[in-house]
Amino acid sequence: MSSLNPSRTAASPRAWRELERASRRENWGRAWYKFSHNPLSVVGLITVATIVLLALLAPYVTPYPEHAGPFTDFQNAKQPPSLRHPFGTDVVGRDVFTRTVFGFRFSLTMGVVVLALVVPPGVLLGLLAGYYHGTWVDTLIMRVTDIFLAVPPLILALAIASVLEPNLFNSMLAVSLMWWPWYTRLVYGLTAQMRNEYFTVSAEIMGASRWHILFREILPNCVSPIFTKMSLDMGWVILIGASLSFVGLGVQPPKPGLGTMVANGARYLPDLWWIALFPALAIVVIVLGFNLLGDGLRDLFAAEEI
Amino acid sequence: MQIAAFIVRRAVHSVVVLLGLSMVIFVISRILPGDPARVAAGARAPDWVVDNLREQMHLNDPLPVQYVYWLRDAVQGDLGLSLVTRRNVAQDILELFPATFELALYAGVMMAILGVGLGAVSARHKDRWLDNLVRVLSYMGVVTPSFVWAILFLLVFGFTLGWLPTLGRLTEGLQPPPRITGLYTVDALLTGRVEVFWDALQHIVSPALALAMGSIAQQARITRSAMADNLGKDYIAALRALGVPERVVMNRFLLKPSLIPTVSILGLDFAATMSNAFLVELIFNWPGISRYGINAMLRKDLNAIAGVILVLGVVFIVANILVDMAVAYLDPRIRLRTARGR
Amino acid sequence: MDRPTPLLQIHDLRLQYRVYGGALQVLDGVHLHVHVGEKVGLVGETGCGKTSTMKAVLRVLPMPPAQITGGSIRFKGQEILAMDPRTLQQVRGRGISMIFQDPTAALNPVFTVGQQLEAVLRSHWGRRADRGEIRAAALAALEEVALADPDRLLDAYPVQLSGGMRQRICIAMALATKPELLIADEPGTALDVTIQDQVLRLLHNLVEERNTSVILISHSLGIVRQLTDRVYVMYAGTMVESAPTRKLFTHPGHPYTQQLMEVVPRLSGGGIAPGIPGRIPDYLDPPTGCRFHPRCPHAMEICRREKPPAFSLDQDHQVACFLYDPAQGSPAP
Repeated sequence: MSSLNPSRTAASPRAWRELERASRRENWGRAWYKFSHNPLSVVGLITVATIVLLALLAPYVTPYPEHAGPFTDFQNAKQPPSLRHPFGTDVVGRDVFTRTVFGFRFSLTMGVVVLALVVPPGVLLGLLAGYYHGTWVDTLIMRVTDIFLAVPPLILALAIASVLEPNLFNSMLAVSLMWWPWYTRLVYGLTAQMRNEYFTVSAEIMGASRWHILFREILPNCVSPIFTKMSLDMGWVILIGASLSFVGLGVQPPKPGLGTMVANGARYLPDLWWIALFPALAIVVIVLGFNLLGDGLRDLFAAEEI
Repeated sequence: MQIAAFIVRRAVHSVVVLLGLSMVIFVISRILPGDPARVAAGARAPDWVVDNLREQMHLNDPLPVQYVYWLRDAVQGDLGLSLVTRRNVAQDILELFPATFELALYAGVMMAILGVGLGAVSARHKDRWLDNLVRVLSYMGVVTPSFVWAILFLLVFGFTLGWLPTLGRLTEGLQPPPRITGLYTVDALLTGRVEVFWDALQHIVSPALALAMGSIAQQARITRSAMADNLGKDYIAALRALGVPERVVMNRFLLKPSLIPTVSILGLDFAATMSNAFLVELIFNWPGISRYGINAMLRKDLNAIAGVILVLGVVFIVANILVDMAVAYLDPRIRLRTARGR
Repeated sequence: MDRPTPLLQIHDLRLQYRVYGGALQVLDGVHLHVHVGEKVGLVGETGCGKTSTMKAVLRVLPMPPAQITGGSIRFKGQEILAMDPRTLQQVRGRGISMIFQDPTAALNPVFTVGQQLEAVLRSHWGRRADRGEIRAAALAALEEVALADPDRLLDAYPVQLSGGMRQRICIAMALATKPELLIADEPGTALDVTIQDQVLRLLHNLVEERNTSVILISHSLGIVRQLTDRVYVMYAGTMVESAPTRKLFTHPGHPYTQQLMEVVPRLSGGGIAPGIPGRIPDYLDPPTGCRFHPRCPHAMEICRREKPPAFSLDQDHQVACFLYDPAQGSPAP
């Protein structure tokens, strides 16, 4: 039965397994070829990898790690970019480069935590609603999803973040509350469609359990779209996180949130342009990186031409 | 007939969604510790006044009952008093809504024209330098947050070049046009005050563009990929093979099917624009509902928060219905399936 | 040869698709010609390049990824591959028109039948035609393909119609321009047998009436046998044999053609035919020499090394196979 499932090749005899391994290797090779032949995807991958490394190693790679917190050095305040301070210093003398790199930490944390909170329940609900397509389970789950999708996401996230104490954790919670329906809807569509395909039906006829059908037959076929969406969403969550920080509902100063830094720096435009410009560019670069990566993945998983 | 049935079903669906939304909002507005009666009565009111008020406001009843009262008031347009402005929230919203709506309207027009236009140009010149340029630009548009665009436009158009005014809806000292629709540009034209129209138009360009940038880029990408996809379809090859001129094939037979995904996203983006406007409104000092909402949030003005979300939610839902109708108009497959009652 | 210039002449056409890991050599030296009034069949397995050849003739292949790497396509002596857009547009529709394989895919789902049919008509009538005239012509075109209630059909969307109706509409569109040469790509394969039969009969009558030249693509030998004067056999992007229909069926020359004849299921025969051993070659790395040699029971040393040219068995019977090379000296099977 599983040989019908496009994400699984035939099982048992050794010859088959050998073939399966070979074809998997070939698939990876083909995937990598396609991915690496799009320079933009590679740029995305390198950008994301670099930023992740920078963020992880922030205390070791930044020149003034102590500037990431409540530090002041008025003697060195408002310095334009120089060799000592590649992005200049802010109004209390902190190194903008150091703070930007630390800002990546908050942005990435936001992205990772939100997706970790959002994807499992979103996918599970989508699977259930799609599998029980047309029953009350479907109706209940999808109506609730509709309600959440009917609310402009940013404003409700803002509302929740403001009703709770404004800080990074609550802003992550607020964004998560708004984000899960997208995964439910994505997986719902895929499942409802796959539910009637031969590989599910034949598995059913052969007496496979629901659990088996949901998690071994259908879910593996949803993995690539989910993955692609996650990669693109990393960018969007980071963007929303920056927006929340910008209005003061996210990362709280003196911690260096990228949005917070832009908001503070904006007050000193255009004279002290570097204070706002570099964190703003940092947001653009990180979101761009995840977008390029996500688009590369999407092209990869899309049906092959010809 | 088909369309009527379609609209009715869509409306029923929307009412359900709206009820759900109101519950979510109600729950949010009751999460916060604090005493709405005390807030309403004022800090210096004696306790017995507050107690009476609490009874009057049904705050001693169980939550579901409170919800019913709250909903009844909301439906009648009574959203309670704003803690900050000390005025009826509904009145505040009514006053500020047109400003945001006007902003979103201009942004929406920009999204539609520039987005679809750039996408079509890009698809037409696929893989040539113009296409690559549009693609790079649209990437930048998508990934740059609207507050960054806003700051950029403010600096470039406002301060450095001095082409456009920087803050507010009108130059200070200029009398706003009499209120008809609440949209300054429209009202100015209706009352024949050209100089006000011109001034308002200049004020709206930068914030609207800042708001639209992300969506323009998104539209361009969607239009381009839809057109590129459909370009390989047999129905395009068939018309070409029968000698239909390239211009007709492209502008008519390729464009319409390619617009379907664009239109659905465009409508949703337009609705989202209204609530995403707060960043731009803050930066451009635009007296709209979004800025009002964000200030309410920062000050925990619960009634105002609930009111703003409810209004924006309604806009969102209405936009969704309009999108569905537009898509049904463009795509007979959807229209006919719906008519058959699926 | 003092025959007049053929209507369509394809000479040594080469086509590739750029894909992962290189280029698919989809067509490797295809020859074909059609004379005025001739009905020509083109047979071969699925994926052997029949449709690609015909789309190349009308220049409607998606390029990229497709790429013509050599050869020429002449229509009434004019090189199609070098035509400017304006001349090309004159040839399309009026000179050559095409019925696409899948009528569902060939009709734009968001336009009515009338909008599409009228667009085709308008392109050839130019500015002088008024709405009423074009509408009337569209109605006439639908009536010709024996569709009832054409008025209603013009306002219908393709999704509202049955497969047979869509097929007839595609035929109507392709014939509405009164082409000199009609390319019919497996008409009716998407339909069930009785409707397919009706559609083919209709098509046959229409082209007979107008004396339109036809290229009929099919993988069904039975259909080709009934409807054509001459047949080309394609294998893996190469033309392996061409002969008058009757001759091809009585004396198939190429080993591939011979095997193809044998796999046709016969109602009177016992059991299932043995089929052709082996599988369709990999276009990324096609077999050297003759592309059929890995599956050929008569393969010789030379078949692995050299591509066989077309040898004439008769004045009108060509076979691209070394078995017929006088220099090889081995008797033909």
